[in-house]
Amino acid sequence: MSRSLLVTRRTMLKTGLAGAPALILGFYLPRNLFSASPTKSPTAKTSAVFSPNAWLRIDSRGGITLLVEPAEIGQGVRTSMPMLLAEELDADWTKIKIQQAPTKPDIYKHLGTGGSSSVRENYLPLRQAGAAARALLITAAAQTWKVEPSACHTADGAVVHSASKRRLTYGTLAEAASKLPAPDPKKISLKQPKDFRFLGKPVHRLDTPSKVDGSAKFGLDVKVPGMLYAVIARCPTFGGKAVKFDDSKAKAVAGVHAVVQINPVPSPANTAGGVAVVADSTWAAIKGRKALQIDWDRGENASENTASMRKQMAELAGKSPLYVARTVGDAASAISKAPKKIEAVYELPFQPHATMEPMNCTAHVEKDRVEIWAPTQSPDWIQGVVAGLVQLNHESVMVHETLSGGGFGRRYQTDYAVEAVQVSKAVGKPVKLLWTREDDMQHDFYRPASYHRLSAGLDHQNKLVGWSRRIMSTSIRQIFAPPEALKNPATVAAQELEGAVDVPYESPNLQVEYSAVKSGVPRAWWRSVACSFNSFAVESFIDELAAEAHLDPLDFRIKLLGGDRQLPNPRDKEDILDTRRLRGVLALAAEKSGWGKSLPQHWGRGIAAQYSFGSYISHVAEVEVKPDHTVQVHRVVTAVDCGSIINPDTIKAQMESAVIFGLTAAMTGEIEVENGAIKNGNFDDFPVVRMKQAPRRHEVYIVSSTEKPGGIGEPGVPPIAPALTNAIYAATGKRLRRLIIRPEDLKQA
Amino acid sequence: MAPLSLTINGKHYSASVDPGTPILWVLRDTLGLTGTKFGCGMALCGACTIHLDGEAVRSCMTPVSEAVGKKITTIEGLSTDRSHPLQKAWMAQEVPQCGYCQSGQIMTAAALLQKKPHPTDEEIDAAMSGNICRCGTYLRIRAAIHQAAKGGAQ
Repeated sequence: MSRSLLVTRRTMLKTGLAGAPALILGFYLPRNLFSASPTKSPTAKTSAVFSPNAWLRIDSRGGITLLVEPAEIGQGVRTSMPMLLAEELDADWTKIKIQQAPTKPDIYKHLGTGGSSSVRENYLPLRQAGAAARALLITAAAQTWKVEPSACHTADGAVVHSASKRRLTYGTLAEAASKLPAPDPKKISLKQPKDFRFLGKPVHRLDTPSKVDGSAKFGLDVKVPGMLYAVIARCPTFGGKAVKFDDSKAKAVAGVHAVVQINPVPSPANTAGGVAVVADSTWAAIKGRKALQIDWDRGENASENTASMRKQMAELAGKSPLYVARTVGDAASAISKAPKKIEAVYELPFQPHATMEPMNCTAHVEKDRVEIWAPTQSPDWIQGVVAGLVQLNHESVMVHETLSGGGFGRRYQTDYAVEAVQVSKAVGKPVKLLWTREDDMQHDFYRPASYHRLSAGLDHQNKLVGWSRRIMSTSIRQIFAPPEALKNPATVAAQELEGAVDVPYESPNLQVEYSAVKSGVPRAWWRSVACSFNSFAVESFIDELAAEAHLDPLDFRIKLLGGDRQLPNPRDKEDILDTRRLRGVLALAAEKSGWGKSLPQHWGRGIAAQYSFGSYISHVAEVEVKPDHTVQVHRVVTAVDCGSIINPDTIKAQMESAVIFGLTAAMTGEIEVENGAIKNGNFDDFPVVRMKQAPRRHEVYIVSSTEKPGGIGEPGVPPIAPALTNAIYAATGKRLRRLIIRPEDLKQA
Repeated sequence: MAPLSLTINGKHYSASVDPGTPILWVLRDTLGLTGTKFGCGMALCGACTIHLDGEAVRSCMTPVSEAVGKKITTIEGLSTDRSHPLQKAWMAQEVPQCGYCQSGQIMTAAALLQKKPHPTDEEIDAAMSGNICRCGTYLRIRAAIHQAAKGGAQ
């Protein structure tokens, strides 16, 4: 529930919204904690004192400024957030400006952008704030005209007296409205969807103009007076360190000011430490780093490699018992007695985020304060970690959140900011730290590598009678949770199970087991997290079961989904999967794709669907397998049911984005570990999908809905990989169970 | 270091830098023209694309000495008011998401249209496949180039 209040001058100043007379509203955004950051304790909302954490200002010229929380990482929040406000405020869209919320703990809390949560969390509070402001403005106008508020309406940034057509703009009314008592939130009513002017309509993004003329400012574009530039040489292996180094040649490079060693910082920062070269230009710093001579102690992970990890996972998959994450009935017995038994193993590699803007951060450490400029999804986490590092209170650490050149979960980490702070502190000057592409590729927090053994039994009617699954992966929680907490296997498994324990296909007997595999490679949240690998395993395996049953993969899915059921997620009872909606997107994507119609030889269609982050997505991929065993995706058809629609063009854009992002992880690029280090370095040995490999056509169909809004940044990713491999199966009869797909696997399969 | 004389977006600049410095870092660090982006440092992603005498080049691997006596055009100089047909088409098609790679995409596309005012899909793919977009805006880029080639009609 949103509450608004009139604020004290002191509080107002802190928001940065103070100035000439204006209506300023503080309101409260409840935070459904993104489970990704274990250092955050669940928020206690027990305080009786109302503490607003979001702000809105309307000035005397009618200008509207909204402090927005979510980071703009490409997903369009700097447009969707003001749309929510403008709808209920009846604002003049051209008068709205947004300002990034500051990291001031007593003003604005829980900054963080992840879990496809921005619209889901702000949908009602921002609308309620808009409605509250509108109510105040109407009251102010009614008092001016000495009429009843009910005799007035609003239109395009003005209050109108309906009978006389007298009109006062919001700017004119702002000061009078600011003197009124805050409206009772219980009495604020919201618009009906039929009356929406913005929501559900394609609105041009507010940030687009600045992104076609080079004026948009990203993290790497920050410049502060007296700033130096730095790059860091990190040990190629994880957990290694510099034993000694010779910096004489580096210091001889023109422009190099200093060479400083920095220590690794443990979890949650998880930095590698290393040797930083600080110079008066980026180029001098890069040249200086090349001239360093460093002896590395390669550390305890120096023998790790991809092949040994795959072997380890295969061995674990055959061991009993593993941690049982979910069990219903007796899956083993049901499968053993079933007339048809199927088993398959799927494997997925580490994936980097490879944002186009590599990690970077500018920091200025002074005696009693720190200022940081970072392209980040998690400014509050940076603030907390840095405050601990430099031993200052949170208020003395200010984080300016810049635009991010891609995020995909990578910018939830604090490592690059912590490094910039260390280097600035060492040289006593503001420092901009750049990660080169190689640094970024080789010191990421990767999507976990995983191995999945699935077995199932079908009865004579091709009904699923048992479903058993073993997941082996490099656990995310092991990177962030304290050793004591990791004694509990449920903690170790906590972030690997989404899309695995909540499978919607009906089976009376079910078992899901998990084991972590040992690895020194850092891993964390990558666009759609565990669903990205669990969906590949489940939606591939369902396709295999359909083939075993000699049934059409679409019909088989619909049959297994059964009647309309509301399935609470076993790990979060409030997260409910509606099988009717999942069936809806499967049917819609199939229909629009021409499912069942003939295709040229060596072409095939594959379908997959996934519920995640509150949204239902189905993709149909139409592919051609060429004589040289390479694959061209000709067309993708997507059906989306994300509940209430905010900006349909943004939904479409996010589906286009998710498909390309997911296809890179399925077709072109994988991270390989060799002698404890990442073998890949740049876009030559980590190829990504380029325009020529992109689907020739991508159609997106959005289901009209008044359900509560779902997420949109991540859920398009999980079903594209299985749609691709299922299409390859349809084209060739060959089943690819290991990503990325390889021409040699198609040749042999 | 003797200052180098550079012509960028029709203006004269002087930069005292090592002549081996890639143009990218001179633009960004020395002259404050940050519209041109760093993406890979190896001419693999296209984020740093500028024009040298009208030709698209990757500024991350082109030494600034090669630009002396030539005309450099960056995204800031493509137009002063987002009036270039590609900029208009980019806005109409809502191409950018994070936006980081788009300066380079637009500069590559502008050089393409100079040579081929009405490119086919295949010609667009060939010209644009050196530019990476991790947000996956390729289909909109292709549509925007066609739109600009048609003089703005969709």
